[in-house]
Amino acid sequence: MAQDESRAEAAREAREAAAGRAAISVRPEFRAHSSSSGAEKVFELKGVDVAYGGVTAVKGVSMEIGRNDVTALIGPSGCGKSTLLRCLNRMNDLIPNAEVSGELLYHGEDLYGPKVDPVQVRKLIGMVFQKPNPFPKSIHDNVAFGPRVLGRKDGLDETVEKALRGAALWDEVKDRLDDNAFGLSGGQQQRLCIARCIAVEPDTILMDEPCSALDPISTGKIEDLMIELKEQFSIVIVTHNMQQAARVSDRTAFLMVELDADEDNRWGRLVEYDETEKIFTNPTDKRTEDYVSGKVG
Amino acid sequence: MGIGERRSRLAVAGARATTEAMLSGQPRRDVIRNTVFAGLLLLAVGIALAGLLALLIQAFVKGAPALSLDLITNPPSTAFPEKAGYRPAIIGSLLLIAGVVLFVVPVGVGAALYLEEYADKSRWWNRLIEVNIQNLAAVPSIIYGILGLGFIVRGPLDLGFILAAGSLTLALLVLPIVIIAAREAIRAVPDSIRQGSLALGATQWQTIRRQVLPASIPGIITGIILAVSRALGETAPLLLVGATVFVTFDPTFLGTDGYSAMPVQIFNYALRPQEEFQQLAAAGILLMLVVLLAMNSFAIWLRNRYEQRW
Repeated sequence: MAQDESRAEAAREAREAAAGRAAISVRPEFRAHSSSSGAEKVFELKGVDVAYGGVTAVKGVSMEIGRNDVTALIGPSGCGKSTLLRCLNRMNDLIPNAEVSGELLYHGEDLYGPKVDPVQVRKLIGMVFQKPNPFPKSIHDNVAFGPRVLGRKDGLDETVEKALRGAALWDEVKDRLDDNAFGLSGGQQQRLCIARCIAVEPDTILMDEPCSALDPISTGKIEDLMIELKEQFSIVIVTHNMQQAARVSDRTAFLMVELDADEDNRWGRLVEYDETEKIFTNPTDKRTEDYVSGKVG
Repeated sequence: MGIGERRSRLAVAGARATTEAMLSGQPRRDVIRNTVFAGLLLLAVGIALAGLLALLIQAFVKGAPALSLDLITNPPSTAFPEKAGYRPAIIGSLLLIAGVVLFVVPVGVGAALYLEEYADKSRWWNRLIEVNIQNLAAVPSIIYGILGLGFIVRGPLDLGFILAAGSLTLALLVLPIVIIAAREAIRAVPDSIRQGSLALGATQWQTIRRQVLPASIPGIITGIILAVSRALGETAPLLLVGATVFVTFDPTFLGTDGYSAMPVQIFNYALRPQEEFQQLAAAGILLMLVVLLAMNSFAIWLRNRYEQRW
């Protein structure tokens, strides 16, 4: 089996070499997180369009996402929040016919450039999903999976402990690390998924409605966690819950569904993007005001 | 007792009576219809079980006198039916299914992984392959015998009438079963697991090797056991690819002197008119039934034991 794997690994490398790809370079300064350097940008989007099989899902999004910020994407169902989020770590590549156009820079480098390997991108930009999706393995192995995939063999126990502490789950699970992760509650499972994500030491964490399947207490724990995590990571969160966006995020982007003239096609459009406080207290756009005040959506 | 209280009691009693009246009193016609239908379904089950029961009783009554350890340890004999057994046939069958497993596990699981994880299902050729595999599973086994004779024993491979050729033929016969079962097991692994793994920076192969395969292996093994038990009971294709009906020595994989298998040997004994051989055949059937039942029970146990609830 090990032989098979190394063979497959070699084949992959050969394919990548043939395609003229190289691993996206990780500059050391990306790793050394310095907090509150507000001006620094993680992502820069310039006129990003996303289409599935020729049908536009998101149109013309331009925004900058700051380092060590929590950036919230809000908006009604179908406005393309999740679609946009999934562009940021190239998860859309997994959907056949998905096309991303426009310019999407990650630390100044084109995320969709010809030399960029999506696998490398996902090591740097982690993701937490809507529904907790622990692997059918022990708690320990769930967290150790990422480091193992990266080829780490030593010091896994310390990495696992550090990640679980980082996700505020250690005290609840330290005596049962070998138990199956499916035995945890939904909120614990979601924090395990966050631990699993930070064990890979990413630079950014994307969260796709991470609390929509959780009760209010678990949601509160994860929101507290987000505020702690932004010391180390940049976080982009999609949420349906406006209060959540108001509570946790530094900046908020409001997206809305737009229809064409004969109402045949619909796509998501970024309406307003600003400091969270401004979006919720004094938005510039009337549509944003209607949405955050609960008049529509 | 106040008048208000009495009144509310009356109201409660009234409400209860109304509910009871609504719940009971099913029309008589419906009751009869229900009973008749349940009876018919029970009859269907009875017919299915009666066949199996008849076979079991017949084999047991007839084969009981021949049941002894000789059955397993002794080679067949035309001269001394009271001492004859199934030894070469048992060894032949074991070698045959060992060969089947060796071939079918990598090829079957590999094909299933390709079809589920890599193939683009919107392409017509992949859909064509899918339909063809379903069809192949329904092709009569004698056709595989002819294929084995033409392509493995003679023709391009030209292996001759050896046990390995029989093994390969049986492997081709059960390959579609393994592919279909393995695909089902792989498909049962939810996409959220694959996405979770890929989002951590795992490659597609790492995701398959470390998440998809481990999660689907109980289902895959179940499919393999069922396929092997099918191969174990096959007779027709083996007759075409050289399972000689009468072998008194222990067969080997590549031996050119011929080989036999359990069902073939049973068939041979059953053809003989003497009462002793009839008993031997019945005892052989019992032996095979026990083995097949054990294998199928193990497959069911495995499925229940390791079934993953997502």
